[in-house]
Amino acid sequence: MQTSWIPFVPPSASTLSGKVDALYFYLSGVTVFFTLLIGGVLIFFVIKYRRRSPYEIPRPIAGSHKLETLWSVIPFIIAMSMFAWGAQLYFQNSRPPQNAIEIYVVGKQWMWKIQHTTGQREINELHVPVGRRVKLIMTTEDVIHDFFIPAFRIKADVVPGRYTTQWFEATKPGTYHLFCAEYCGMNHSGMIGQVVVMEPTDFDNWLSGNTNQQSPAVVGQQLYQTLGCVSCHGASGEGGRGPALGGVFGKQVFLNNGQTIKADEAYIRESIVNPQAKLVNGFGPIMPTFQGQISEEQLVQILAFIKSLQAQGSQAEAPAASAASTVPPPARAASPETSNR
Amino acid sequence: MKAMESFVAPTPARINYLNATYGLKSWLLTKDHKRIALLYLGSISFFFFIGGLYAMFIRLELLTPQGDLLQSTTYNKVFTQHGIIMVFFFLIPSIPATLGNFLVPMMIGAKDLAFPRINLLSWYIYMLGGIVTIYALLAGGIDTGWTFYTPFSTTFSNSYVIAAGLGIFINGFSSILTGLNFIVTIHTMRAPGMTWFRMPLFIWSHYATSLVMILGTPVIAITILLLAFERLAHIGIFDPAAGGDPVLFQHLFWFYSHPAVYIMVLPGMGVVSELIANFSRKNIFGYSFVAFSSLAIAVFGFLVWGHHLFVAGQSVYAGMIFSFLSFAVAIPSAIKVFNWTATLYKASISYDTPMLYALGFIGLFTIGGMTGLFLASLAVDVHLSDTYFIVAHFHYIMVGGTLLAYLGGLHYWWPKITGRMYPEGWARFSALIIFVGFNLTFLPQFVLGYLGMPRRYHVYPAEFQVLHVLSTAGASILGFGLLIPLVYLVWSMRYGKIAAANPWNLPGLEWQTSSPPLTENFELTPIVTWEAYEFAPPEETEVVGKFRDKRVEEV
Repeated sequence: MQTSWIPFVPPSASTLSGKVDALYFYLSGVTVFFTLLIGGVLIFFVIKYRRRSPYEIPRPIAGSHKLETLWSVIPFIIAMSMFAWGAQLYFQNSRPPQNAIEIYVVGKQWMWKIQHTTGQREINELHVPVGRRVKLIMTTEDVIHDFFIPAFRIKADVVPGRYTTQWFEATKPGTYHLFCAEYCGMNHSGMIGQVVVMEPTDFDNWLSGNTNQQSPAVVGQQLYQTLGCVSCHGASGEGGRGPALGGVFGKQVFLNNGQTIKADEAYIRESIVNPQAKLVNGFGPIMPTFQGQISEEQLVQILAFIKSLQAQGSQAEAPAASAASTVPPPARAASPETSNR
Repeated sequence: MKAMESFVAPTPARINYLNATYGLKSWLLTKDHKRIALLYLGSISFFFFIGGLYAMFIRLELLTPQGDLLQSTTYNKVFTQHGIIMVFFFLIPSIPATLGNFLVPMMIGAKDLAFPRINLLSWYIYMLGGIVTIYALLAGGIDTGWTFYTPFSTTFSNSYVIAAGLGIFINGFSSILTGLNFIVTIHTMRAPGMTWFRMPLFIWSHYATSLVMILGTPVIAITILLLAFERLAHIGIFDPAAGGDPVLFQHLFWFYSHPAVYIMVLPGMGVVSELIANFSRKNIFGYSFVAFSSLAIAVFGFLVWGHHLFVAGQSVYAGMIFSFLSFAVAIPSAIKVFNWTATLYKASISYDTPMLYALGFIGLFTIGGMTGLFLASLAVDVHLSDTYFIVAHFHYIMVGGTLLAYLGGLHYWWPKITGRMYPEGWARFSALIIFVGFNLTFLPQFVLGYLGMPRRYHVYPAEFQVLHVLSTAGASILGFGLLIPLVYLVWSMRYGKIAAANPWNLPGLEWQTSSPPLTENFELTPIVTWEAYEFAPPEETEVVGKFRDKRVEEV
């Protein structure tokens, strides 16, 4: 593991980590200053005004609203500076960039299963390139876990039934800790691994070095066949008794209750495990639930397949699809992905 | 010495609340708030001892990076049970149920609490909750963490979740009854002349605490009930497969458990206000600011629970609102610290043990409070959540704050409670040991946290070992320091110097009666004609700044 030149700070290896450190140093500085100030004044008073005779009675002093206002307002201003800085950094980082590499993460007692869009699977290891934005789309098979990479200063819970996301851009090749930070049962402290940050060329080599694995979209297509999705949604997602899937990802969908919803990861997942929850306008409640018959990893693979349909046949299926269930994307850039985090 | 001279300290009464009646029955069926306080004192000391043993095992296990002392399943139970016992059976009842029970009536000049039988009932409920929890520990223990997060607690844990939950559920009612009793007592039973703004700040802080107890505790009861239904009957409220939401549990849990932090620390602030004023013979600088800041903390404390969920999948905007409110709630605490410090200006400061604890409290509470700002700060909290930084932060508040205040208060009122003095030399020595041991235990954990060491790990990367060794060394010093008072306080009950009625020479009402007090506290109901902490005539008051502090006078 890399050690940092300051023993009080973990290795700094993402575009975010330096910014978080700067705020941390500001907070530490203010803390040390006020602790020394109060401690110093306290010790000074305690020595200077020590009781010199058992009979001495000091003059009472009335409080001063002026002083009290002063020491309410100054801490408030300092606190607001901390709030603004922390919130701004958090807000900036809360939106995953559009052009990021997507990597799927599934937590499970007690391991991290990771799958790259090109098909590489890893357990408790995450290989990523330097200088490219990486977005993690995460969920869990069982309890809540938390994907924590101290060197990147990022952390997010993975919650059953949801997809949470976080993203980073690594800046320094090396090997860093990966921890599960949310207590998850017996072997919680064994749910650790490493993040290997590589130069982009090394990363591309690494990716092409493991070619015997199929991409999640391809596996998802096979699942799409074997689970029988194909009979209602069509061989290439053109639709039929069920809504068309081609090009649906990321678009607004009309529901039969008059509302619209964005077909994001969470909605597609819900439509598979609980199909009656939000029916697409014009379709009946005929789809059986796949709850319990399909693992989170398989869900992610089907999701990857449905996402890939968008690229393949959005032109060809557009007329049929938009008539039935979708509307043209409303300026995607203006509505950044609203993920759970 | 106006205030002090105006009272003639009564001669030690032969008959007092301790020897008025004898026998086990006279204690177990007592309606005397002072005896009930002692029942609580014994019980919470017992639970503190168990919680402390668990802490010792945690620190010993973490001495090495391998899991060599405890298996993971055992370790998980040990830290869970440490948390449950310390939070629900020591910290929450600690100051209110012992010192508060003893002193709330005495400080306002009442004969007892408003509902003496309910007061006794609250102790029995506490004990029942405690016994059920002890049963859960002995039957096989619980491994969910004291936070009981779903779906681990509802579906995956094979431990005694419902038994432990039931213990906490039952115990909650004792909090509610205590809070209710205090509020009614403070409203209706103040002695003539004891206006709201003449009340000691200890009473104000207990009033604020009682509000939180009454308003907050039902929520944890509901939450535990839902948890039990979910675990037994799978009603689906926290299960996404059935349309529920596991994060809902966290909202409900922290809606109580964050205010519960204020249940734990507000009474400590009240004790420290007493100690600072009385051991420096000064009126508290800005009495009304300090009094109202307790109420402000109690109210705003209900609005900040979401800061526990910054990385739990909460919306970004909710996160920003909770972050803002969390910074706002820090201000009343800052006011208290500054006002306590200002009280010492031109004072007459004694170095008696209670004052040492009070000074230690201010220092450690300052560090605990300031490090809370790190966690309120969103981007930094993302990195620090669920690491040792959190562990260090809340121990600075809970141990550095509440425990030190409790020990300070216990020493301060010990002569009143027992009629005996504690040995001053030993007491000062152990206060120093505790302070040093505490800092050595928890300062390294701030560093561990920023380095990324997650909490609740019993096996950890070797690079963290040095800091863990320091922490364990500190913990053994702290543990040793805490054993000393246990020994000499018990010793002093029999062999300590006989205490005078008013050994510290103070104007507070509780000192204007014999030590130990009569069963009915005062021979005659006192009539209060002076302000709180009035050591010298008010006409001598020095005014700093432009405005004179205006006290509200009730006629």
